[in-house]
Amino acid sequence: MLNEWLYIGLFILVAAALPGVAIFLAGILAPKKPNLLKDETYECGIETVGESWIQFRAQYYIYALVFLIFDVEAVFLYPWAVAFNALTLYAVLEGVLFILILVGGLIYAWRKGALEWI
Amino acid sequence: MTVEWFRDPVNFITNWLNQFLLGWGLPAGVVAFLMNLIGAGLVATGAMLFCILLIWYERKLYGRIQDRLGPNRVGPWGIFQPFADMLKIFAKEYITPRGADVIPYNLAPILAVAAVLLIWAVIPFYNGAAGANLNTGALYIIAVGGLGELAIILAGIASNNKYALLGGFRAIALLLSYEVPMVLALLVPVLLARSMGMNDIVQAQGDVWYIVMAPIAAFIFFLTSVAEVGRAPFDIIEAESEIVAGFNIEYSGLKFGMFYVGEFLHAFTVSVLFAILFLGGWRGPFVDQVPVLGAVWLLVKTGVTYFLIILLRGSMPRYRTDQTMSLAWKILTPLALAVLVLTAILDKALVGSSDLVRGLALVGMNLVVWFIASRLSQASYRRSHPVEPPIGHAPVINPLVDEIGGVLE
Repeated sequence: MLNEWLYIGLFILVAAALPGVAIFLAGILAPKKPNLLKDETYECGIETVGESWIQFRAQYYIYALVFLIFDVEAVFLYPWAVAFNALTLYAVLEGVLFILILVGGLIYAWRKGALEWI
Repeated sequence: MTVEWFRDPVNFITNWLNQFLLGWGLPAGVVAFLMNLIGAGLVATGAMLFCILLIWYERKLYGRIQDRLGPNRVGPWGIFQPFADMLKIFAKEYITPRGADVIPYNLAPILAVAAVLLIWAVIPFYNGAAGANLNTGALYIIAVGGLGELAIILAGIASNNKYALLGGFRAIALLLSYEVPMVLALLVPVLLARSMGMNDIVQAQGDVWYIVMAPIAAFIFFLTSVAEVGRAPFDIIEAESEIVAGFNIEYSGLKFGMFYVGEFLHAFTVSVLFAILFLGGWRGPFVDQVPVLGAVWLLVKTGVTYFLIILLRGSMPRYRTDQTMSLAWKILTPLALAVLVLTAILDKALVGSSDLVRGLALVGMNLVVWFIASRLSQASYRRSHPVEPPIGHAPVINPLVDEIGGVLE
């Protein structure tokens, strides 16, 4: 088991190194002729007005929050699914109840209009 | 000896190399380290090189769908076209916009490729040949998939560009939304196999593939993985007409190329995952006698899934943002939850019965859920899109009915 996590660790290094080395090599091969006009922020030829880090809609946050709830839920459900043979019917229904509470949360978010893209 | 080599080449070479390195007098720990490094390097480089061939395949097919020839000049059937493109993109200049946040800006393309490559660490190519046969494979895939989203948000924020920022937020909202039904759909094969290990899930599909026992979960997983890749019909995240190219607008040269490679590789990787989770992975005729044949079956199944993804891309128009969002949250998520709950209850209730009864019950449950879901979605569509009589047509009054007082339209 430890050996397999060693493989994963080395794989992370290799997977990061492959594109990294390719970009590094291309950086050596490619010409470098920056000038003021070329390094402008690209907005279809129009000069940028004001800051680039602008305010954005709160809707994105609401999606992220709903996502967070569901993803944490799913992480709890994975061990439940793996140990399914050992579970009694009562424990399975407990898990179902857990899902149903979150369905209640989804319905609440739905009724409140959090899932509407405005 | 020769028969052994033919049947299971990966383990044969591994054992041989292990003995060879130990014969040099290296300590066992160093040998294990070297073996793992060589394995990781081979799988990752192989996936990257294979991706170049995929670009040719996809462009050729995409050309045929649009009644073009596709690449046909460089080499036989244009097969060397992606190599020529790769050499060209290596010699292209990087343009880093002024005011960009340099470290995240350069980290983003590396992460975009690495996140996809990391999935290949747990893919079982055939029985006994997987990089790492983790017992938490499914969870690992979800965790690593999140890194790709990190790459997109880094690219969006670090580019110092309004379009990139908006494109990044839009992409994240879509990817997060589609991750919820994907994770829930992935739970169904895990539940049926009682294991998160990729090889265990393939082993459990001995009698019948999970696409038969859990067709709705397979459908949801397929759709959401197409959305995770950002392919049409879910390519609103790089809508050219609104946000120019989305999060990768300020990238050029090979840094842009890395996002491109990452997308192609991701499309193929989700096909492999679909083949493993729902199409029986390396299972097929004669795999018990000749295990390496499993790799061929896996490739065939992956090819079919990949073909479907390209066909979908070539033939579907783009969804609007609000449509993609409501598809994820209002249709796919409740459907995935319903299937998950019913599968769990049914599987526990039929614990003593035979596999045939269990399979038939699951198929029947899926059909019923599909019927109810399609009825519900049709009803809600009719509620939100009431049929109005065409303008300029007065209601036709039937004289016979009119005498009684009724009006026919």
